[in-house]
Amino acid sequence: MTDQTPALRLEGIVKTFPGVRALDGVSFTVMPGEVHALMGENGAGKSTLMKVLGGILAPNEGQIFIEEQPTIMSSPMNAKAKGVVFIHQELSLADELSVAENIWLGELPKKSFGRVDWTKLYDETDAILKTLNVGFDARKRVGDLSIANQQMVEIARALTVEPRAVIFDEPTASLTDAEKVVLFEVISDLQSRGVGVIYISHRMEEIFKITDRISVLRDGQYRGTLNTAETNEEEVTHLMIGRTLDLSRNAVTHEMGEVALEVRSLSCGDLFSDVSFTVRRGEVVGFYGLVGAGRTEIAETLFGLREPSSGTIHLGGEEVTINSPADAIKRGISLVPEDRKGQGLILGMNCRDNMTLPQVSDLTAGPFVSDGAEVAIFDQYRDKLDIRTPGWRQTVGNLSGGNQQKIVIGKWLSMRPEVLIVDEPTRGIDVGSKSEIHNLIRELASQGYAVIVISSEMPEVLHVSDRIVAMFSGRVMREFTAEEVTEDSLIQAISGIGADKVA
Amino acid sequence: MAELTRKGLGGFLARQGILVAFAVFMIAFAVANPRFIDIDNVFGVIRSSAILGVMALGVTFVVIGGNLDLSVGSMMSFSTIVVLDLHDKIGPTLAIPSMFLMTMALGAFIGILVGYLKLNSLIVTLGMLSAIHGLTLTYSGGKNMDIADKEGTWFAVFGQGGIAGVPMPILMFAALAIILSIILSRTPFGRKVYAVGGNGVAATFSGIPRARVVFMTYLMSSFCVATAGLIQASRSMGSQNTVGQGMELEVLAAVILGGASLLGGAGTIFKTVIGVLILGFIQNGLLLLGLAFYAQYVVTWIIIILAVWLDIAAKRGGLWSRIA
Ligand SMILES: Nc1ncnc2c1ncn2[C@@H]1O[C@H](COP(=O)(O)OP(=O)(O)OP(=O)(O)O)[C@@H](O)[C@H]1O
Ligand SMILES: [Mg+2]
Repeated sequence: MTDQTPALRLEGIVKTFPGVRALDGVSFTVMPGEVHALMGENGAGKSTLMKVLGGILAPNEGQIFIEEQPTIMSSPMNAKAKGVVFIHQELSLADELSVAENIWLGELPKKSFGRVDWTKLYDETDAILKTLNVGFDARKRVGDLSIANQQMVEIARALTVEPRAVIFDEPTASLTDAEKVVLFEVISDLQSRGVGVIYISHRMEEIFKITDRISVLRDGQYRGTLNTAETNEEEVTHLMIGRTLDLSRNAVTHEMGEVALEVRSLSCGDLFSDVSFTVRRGEVVGFYGLVGAGRTEIAETLFGLREPSSGTIHLGGEEVTINSPADAIKRGISLVPEDRKGQGLILGMNCRDNMTLPQVSDLTAGPFVSDGAEVAIFDQYRDKLDIRTPGWRQTVGNLSGGNQQKIVIGKWLSMRPEVLIVDEPTRGIDVGSKSEIHNLIRELASQGYAVIVISSEMPEVLHVSDRIVAMFSGRVMREFTAEEVTEDSLIQAISGIGADKVA
Repeated sequence: MAELTRKGLGGFLARQGILVAFAVFMIAFAVANPRFIDIDNVFGVIRSSAILGVMALGVTFVVIGGNLDLSVGSMMSFSTIVVLDLHDKIGPTLAIPSMFLMTMALGAFIGILVGYLKLNSLIVTLGMLSAIHGLTLTYSGGKNMDIADKEGTWFAVFGQGGIAGVPMPILMFAALAIILSIILSRTPFGRKVYAVGGNGVAATFSGIPRARVVFMTYLMSSFCVATAGLIQASRSMGSQNTVGQGMELEVLAAVILGGASLLGGAGTIFKTVIGVLILGFIQNGLLLLGLAFYAQYVVTWIIIILAVWLDIAAKRGGLWSRIA
């Protein structure tokens, strides 16, 4: 591999934003036919580097070479024409357009007089979708797809050209295991065609499963490249965060209090039905299942965003009706929603204002918002969650993906709720912060909070939960205690095997 | 580093493009006709901008909240006609609060349609523009309104009075601007307006009652319109049914010129005031250069286009971009 021409080479890339040196002289090389992981903490500069490569940002200094030819990427179209395809971390699809139109946007097949060749468009798209093994077709409106399926549409975009290099920026953040398998097949297919793949992810299992080499960034600087086969998680983590992590499963247990939340045969249309469970003070209950199992919908019902069609909710032993999020908040329920861009953040607002938004009416001095109280809350959670930002005035949209997620978590933790519901809390969060957030969840529970963790990551659910509720297609299949649960029994429960017996 | 400062300057120009353009305009006008910067002329411009300005303050709330208000022009005609009519029937002390109530009832109605029923604000307020015009004509029977006894009333104070030589309309505009600016930038309600306009879904997930916030922005807008109608009526002591016609676009032009985003979530009262003044001075300058009054309508349109262009140019950091 060493005497081949690199598919791609970056040299001395510098990129600054006001107040931030996001990239500080980064160089690295991608060979044809290799899967090259790019790792680093939240805000290390991974996405920025890829945006430079994909023609979205112009570097302040440095040079890009494609097959050793110096190149300037002047726009995403230009980069794509040169064979560099970029699958974004944040989805960038047009909701109102069909799947096919999104995939071919800007280069729709044409007939005479500039008319779009719809038959060809749909046929070619369906062919691509077939290789991806997805359950929707080319004519579907993108806005009607789940986030996971939208991610698959993004991926399909890469397959419309003969690329030299494909960049995947956290593609698996919202995919289920089945979809991941398909994605990995796509990647290995690209690899066998001699395409250089750059793969960004915070998930170690994936990195060690599919990549050949790992390059690490830290605070915008290049830290080195390791051969995946010759290294291990500890070494990579150490290179990323400068220390080692204790990833042992939490063994600490603490006293549990009385029942904080009880749900009795709750149903909501055909989203979920006959769901019953309890959460005690001091307890972490994990909800595990496939995407579409109805977990998010249960959370939204508890948070007053959906009206249950039957069943009851009890808080502290008392039956309640929750009419709105404001109502839920007043009763001490917090929800960290799964879609940070759409539901969690006001992207154009600054960090502090986003974090204090649900309680802004309470942070007053006289009729005015108290600056001091707000900054105090922001500072506290910035330190607690290690949020990287030049200051509270920074617009949230300018933060890295993982740091945005931390703002959302800080926003709801700072409400000091009785019942905290977190939906995919560590999506896009680096290993160091992830274990910090897990510890924080345990710590909150030990202080007497009742916590519900919804996650599609089995290690996460196993790591933080005292009890695990396994769901399949809107129904609770089984409940496990932390002692009795095994990976196999959990997988079995969420795939609906033996559904008749249990239900 | 040198690169950085150049970028910084370019970035500054792109961000403050409107202020820079304004300064260039002012200097050019002043050179062309020195009377332009005459203190009387300057005061005159501010005074005649005050009515538009008061309306623009309210519309700023609506726009930051993510909606439009095209009904303010015809609503202002309504307020003016109503207060003039009631003045002679029940006297100014009762006429003024009654007119405020009636105008704000219209604002509340729009607020219910747009806020609670979630109807598109462009359609609702465009419809109201015409419906309120009809209402005004029905109310007045199509006739002009006049105060019969112009000497025997204190009603003229809002339009023609003044304190220490500063005309009353300017004082009212300034006072309202200060109060509303404090509400928008310093109170929880103001923060919620930004949140609802910036991302309505995320605002809902944060427990903010989106419908009520939108409703309130329209109520505030109608309050400002009523104030503008009061100044207008008091200044002329009589009026046609169509005094406010076409003002909705000028108001919108001033608000956008000030930099409030039509997508919602961005803008400030201070910037709107700047927008109002820019619009006023440009129109005045063109008049002094001898441009026919009716050309103003075209000029207003051109200013709107330029403002919107500069707005997106500031966002993407260049006047022209290949990427959308
Ligand atoms: N448009 C921007 N304006 C200002 N700062 C920015 C902008 N884009 C990125 N940054 C900053 O640059 C740094 C690197 O961000 P980047 O998105 O590349 O991180 P990342 O490594 O992809 O992190 P994550 O794992 O969280 O996605 C961060 O500190 C971020 O706040
Ligand atoms: Mg990133």
